[in-house]
Amino acid sequence: MQDLLRRYGPGLTGLICLLVAFWLVMLVIVPNVTLFEQSFRPYLPVVDIGGPKDTYSFRNYLKVLDGATETSLFGIAFSVPVHVKTFFQTIWYSMVVTVVCFALAYPLAYYMAKVVRPRTVPTLLLLLFVPLWVSEVLRAFAWWIILAFKGPLNVLLQGLGLIEDPIRWTNMGYTGVMVGLVYTYVLFMIFPIYNAVSSLDTNQIEAADDLGASWWRIHWRIVLPHAKPGIASGAVMVFMLSAGSLLVPSILGSTTSQWFTQTIDQWFKDALDWNTASAYAFLLLLLCTVFVSVAMKVFKVKLSDIAK
Amino acid sequence: MHKLRLNLLHLYMGLFLVYMLAPLVVMSGAAFNDSKLPSIVPWKGWTGKWFSEMIADERMMLAFANTLWVAVAVAGIAVLIGTAAAILINSVSGKVRTALYGMMISTILIPGVVIGISTMILWTKMGNALGTEFFLFNPGLHLSVLGQVSYIAAMVMLLVLARLQSFDAGLEEAALDLGASHGQVMRRILLPHLYPAIGAGAAVAFFQSIENFNVTQFTRGGADTLTVYVFSKVRSGITPTINALAFLLIIVTLVLAVAYELNRRRKAHEEAAREAEARRAEALEEAL
Repeated sequence: MQDLLRRYGPGLTGLICLLVAFWLVMLVIVPNVTLFEQSFRPYLPVVDIGGPKDTYSFRNYLKVLDGATETSLFGIAFSVPVHVKTFFQTIWYSMVVTVVCFALAYPLAYYMAKVVRPRTVPTLLLLLFVPLWVSEVLRAFAWWIILAFKGPLNVLLQGLGLIEDPIRWTNMGYTGVMVGLVYTYVLFMIFPIYNAVSSLDTNQIEAADDLGASWWRIHWRIVLPHAKPGIASGAVMVFMLSAGSLLVPSILGSTTSQWFTQTIDQWFKDALDWNTASAYAFLLLLLCTVFVSVAMKVFKVKLSDIAK
Repeated sequence: MHKLRLNLLHLYMGLFLVYMLAPLVVMSGAAFNDSKLPSIVPWKGWTGKWFSEMIADERMMLAFANTLWVAVAVAGIAVLIGTAAAILINSVSGKVRTALYGMMISTILIPGVVIGISTMILWTKMGNALGTEFFLFNPGLHLSVLGQVSYIAAMVMLLVLARLQSFDAGLEEAALDLGASHGQVMRRILLPHLYPAIGAGAAVAFFQSIENFNVTQFTRGGADTLTVYVFSKVRSGITPTINALAFLLIIVTLVLAVAYELNRRRKAHEEAAREAEARRAEALEEAL
């Protein structure tokens, strides 16, 4: 701080601090505190706000428990509140997306970092970047076209003789959502893992190979441990983006697939009940915080490693 | 490496590129199909009418203009805040640094839905509390700008901070000793060093803003940005005008990518030529 004053004088230092304060206080802390505070207030007509009915309660959070629905897990049927089900389905399918993305991304990242000639890597990266630059809504839309009942995928599969009748891809539970999320976010898994594997000394791999280690052992004992920070970073990014995505589930979702963000959106836009929407949004924030903390513990990485 | 595994990896890379790019090809193709539904099958013949319909779509053009000004505003504000934050972080240490840095980084991880709702609630409640109709406190794209800045500024901060690591603070000392004013130190010494990172940060902020859906969806009031408009089109009756738009965006992206790649190759080539030259000169010197 003293350093800043000496270099740039009181005026510029003041400006710098003011800008940062505006960001962190007005755009981050106060909005989130307000969200938290509002989530405990009831949804009232304007005249009643601040009146005797405007008291704090957990009622908005308890709405999660309304409306039971029959579910079965591992063959055991039981009833669970519909929003709780949505919440856990969102977590579960986001985790599936994360795992699928990792499975797709790891061989590719390894290939780019260690196998292919270094000269072609920038070209490959650029090609991979092209879909990233085309906006998310259009990427989801592209899959909407492909998965349509009379769309190219069904025509292709029928042409190859793999299926007899066209399949309703977007009416099979979470299939459409999964496909869309994986396509949209797999790149966020590739780049961190690629960065991590690139920094591995190739001599280590060769040494292991010379000493007779099998290929899977080389990966298990050398490459994977080295890539751990990259994997953590990619996994956190993919999970957060998937769980927080509203576009992809809305465009590619079926009648039986509901995403937690869609529930929040309905409270906010359809029911106009901003207070309950706040409570639900806070639950989502809590989920993300817990996930990041767990990921940091499991992978033994710091927050600054993830954000790289 | 084993030959078979190597070939499998090459094949996988090829397939993956097809997987990444094929949807874009399908989407572009549908822009030229003379069919009311956006698809490439069945092919009903070439047409350019979706492009003329797109230009005639006034709402889309308005949404496009909105997207541009929001993106420019976000880039401007995020660059200011991000650069200031990087300079500040760079000059503090210890616990304060960890806390500040952690808070800044965590904004990237907050779900867009949460940012959108919290921004909307804060500013409209503040307007109600103050009893004012001033536009800042009503829903609208200016709130989208504020919401987007709250996490995009962190990305700019990371880029600028990385560049600051290679800055020699001695230069500033020298300038101060030689009688430069504080403003001059900032303008002539620090900022020129940071310009590449600031430029990259502005570009990232601009594109992140164009991409943004979640924050905008909750804060926009009645106004559209392109992403929101495309979304509403996809959900309601779609015509291939969206494909026409997508095709144009993909072409722009490809042209930029190719230009970038050619530039990079030219530079790499020059670099290689210079190195060869240097080696030759060295060899010559040794020979003499």
